[in-house]
Amino acid sequence: MNPYNYLYLAGLLFTIGAIGVVVRRNAIVIFMCVELMLNAANLAFVTFSRINGTLDGQVTAFFTMVVAACEVVVGLAIIVAIYRSRRSASVDDASLLKR
Amino acid sequence: MATSTSIVYLIALPLFGAAALLLGGRRTNKWGHLLATSMSAGSFVVGLYQLSLMLDRATEDRAITQKLFTWISVGDFNVDASLLLDQLSICFVLLISGVGTLIHIYSISYMAEDPDRRRFFAYLNLFIAAMLLLVLGDSYLNLYVGWEGVGLASYLLIGFWNKKPAYATASKKAFVMNRVGDMGLSLAIMIAFATLGTTTFAGVSEHAHHASEAAMTAIGIMLLIAAVGKSAQFPLQAWLGDAMAGPTPVSALIHAATMVTAGVYLIVRSNFVFDAAPTAQLLVVIVGAITLLLGAFIGTAKDDIKKALAASTMSQIGYMILGAGLGPAGYAFAIMHLLTHGFFKAGMFLGAGSVMHGMNDEVDMRKFGGLRKFMPITFVTFGLGYLAILGVPPFAGFYSKDLIIETAFDSGGLQGPLLGTITLIGAAITAFYMTRVMILTFTSKARWDEDTHPHESPILMWLPMVILAIGSVSTGYLFTRGDSLENWLSPVFGEHGGHSKEHLIPPLVVSALALLSVSIGVSIAIIKYQRNEIDRIAPANVSIFTRLARRDFGQDAINETLFMRPGQVLTDVLVKSDDKVIDGAVRGIGRMAIGSGAVLRKSQSGFARSYAAFILIGAILMIAGIWVVTQ
Repeated sequence: MNPYNYLYLAGLLFTIGAIGVVVRRNAIVIFMCVELMLNAANLAFVTFSRINGTLDGQVTAFFTMVVAACEVVVGLAIIVAIYRSRRSASVDDASLLKR
Repeated sequence: MATSTSIVYLIALPLFGAAALLLGGRRTNKWGHLLATSMSAGSFVVGLYQLSLMLDRATEDRAITQKLFTWISVGDFNVDASLLLDQLSICFVLLISGVGTLIHIYSISYMAEDPDRRRFFAYLNLFIAAMLLLVLGDSYLNLYVGWEGVGLASYLLIGFWNKKPAYATASKKAFVMNRVGDMGLSLAIMIAFATLGTTTFAGVSEHAHHASEAAMTAIGIMLLIAAVGKSAQFPLQAWLGDAMAGPTPVSALIHAATMVTAGVYLIVRSNFVFDAAPTAQLLVVIVGAITLLLGAFIGTAKDDIKKALAASTMSQIGYMILGAGLGPAGYAFAIMHLLTHGFFKAGMFLGAGSVMHGMNDEVDMRKFGGLRKFMPITFVTFGLGYLAILGVPPFAGFYSKDLIIETAFDSGGLQGPLLGTITLIGAAITAFYMTRVMILTFTSKARWDEDTHPHESPILMWLPMVILAIGSVSTGYLFTRGDSLENWLSPVFGEHGGHSKEHLIPPLVVSALALLSVSIGVSIAIIKYQRNEIDRIAPANVSIFTRLARRDFGQDAINETLFMRPGQVLTDVLVKSDDKVIDGAVRGIGRMAIGSGAVLRKSQSGFARSYAAFILIGAILMIAGIWVVTQ
């Protein structure tokens, strides 16, 4: 099977994730979209690894997973904290920084 | 030259008085005037003591110095703060402290009602100290300190009643115009230092013979500018009339007897400079001649008694400057006229003060008249001063003014008869305007306001007037008896002193001519004023000449158009350019930062998603950029 198809898939997933981050309001959904983008990148890494016959991409994919796991931990904690204080998980409501 | 340790007390006493009264504040209100008067009197006593010591010494040892401290010591340039007491300075010391003390006594009574009398006496003492320093300094630099000191005292005293804005303006005007002259003095000092390497009188005198004439001329002209500023001579004469805003004792002491004559002192003291610079000397003569006529003409049109006397002072100092410009022949006579003028003019100013005292501070002579009966002492003392300034024998002015007229005639060439005629015309006009003052004030019909009750002044006021009147009568005779003052001063003027014995016109004829012109002036004034009714308000339909003289020949208009308006325009332009260009640039930078901030702030919406969109767009653009570059 042509490995480039995986790259197209990765690009598609990344685009879906990016559009999701920009257009959705719910923090959880945005978060999931971020994860989608990370995994799209992972898929691209692994694909390149396969195309080039080296292990570099696979190693990087592991690093990405670790970083993503950490990010989920911190990010979810923040989202929960915001939800508790504001009774809302909409990112547009949390816009205090502009003032 | 012998040294002394006691000259400094002349200055220290009044300086202490001024410091005590200024620092002591309200506590000294009760006895401050007494302290100031005694300090001035103490200075006079020290002066007399020094004179007695001086008389005991031989002629060549009479000048003594006292080094106070080393003032400036840079490399081989040394300036000591030293005092020099010689035959010339002692004349001034006695005039300043003597007349000064009399005026202190007068002021005790004159200023009795003033809540600020203590401050007034502090300034008077400050003036005495500064003026003594001026005449006692042994170098131009030391003289300069006193020169500025008297300028300060004059400023403070002219503006003593500075609650009236016009008086405050008058004091500022005097200060600013004096500043022009002071610039001349400081430039003279700088030129002397640059070309001769010294600023002491002795040093400059030593180098004067072998220095270039150009340098001496430059120094001479700068000194003349200084003298012109301080002595209210043409073309810096405009401040003196307005300086009459000060209390009358101040006008008598500072603006008649002493400070305004400092210019004459400066020129006479710098005789070695002017002897080596004929061009500068000629300028001195021209300035003196112009001013003596200008002042006299102005005096004919003034209705304010103090301004009439001020114009007369200007004119009389013109005589002195003229005398001083005539070289070795005239120095002693300039000083003699200065001393006699110090007596009779101070006396007349005090008389004017006494009249004002009795007339509710009225100064307009058109509202006086007939005061002879009500103020007999003032009338007599003023009258003696009047006879002295006219030059009627045997009063003081006869001797001193005649000698200047005589010297003017003898100055040789075409110059002699011309200057002689000018001085004679000046004498005639002087007689006219002084007679006018006498008639308007004392002898014509009373023209007072309803509520005035003229009365003679208290003894503290008339006693100084009487003493000064005695001086106006006797000094001329004393100074000329056996050429005493001339011989006394001759060591100061070097080898070539003494006046020539060859006369263009015999002295007796000159005296006769002078008396003739005086009697012409007096007769015209009597015909014009004694016979006719005098209006209480100055008539408007007068000749163009009178109108010009009333406005001081447009001196203020000239100064305003030539210097003040262009100065204001320049200031306006500078202020505007500062405001618009420099401040504009600074403010523009600030406004630019604020404006760009306002634009950029709009992107900081606080919405996480818009930031994410920016990041996305940025990332896409970057990738596109890289793609374009690498393709």
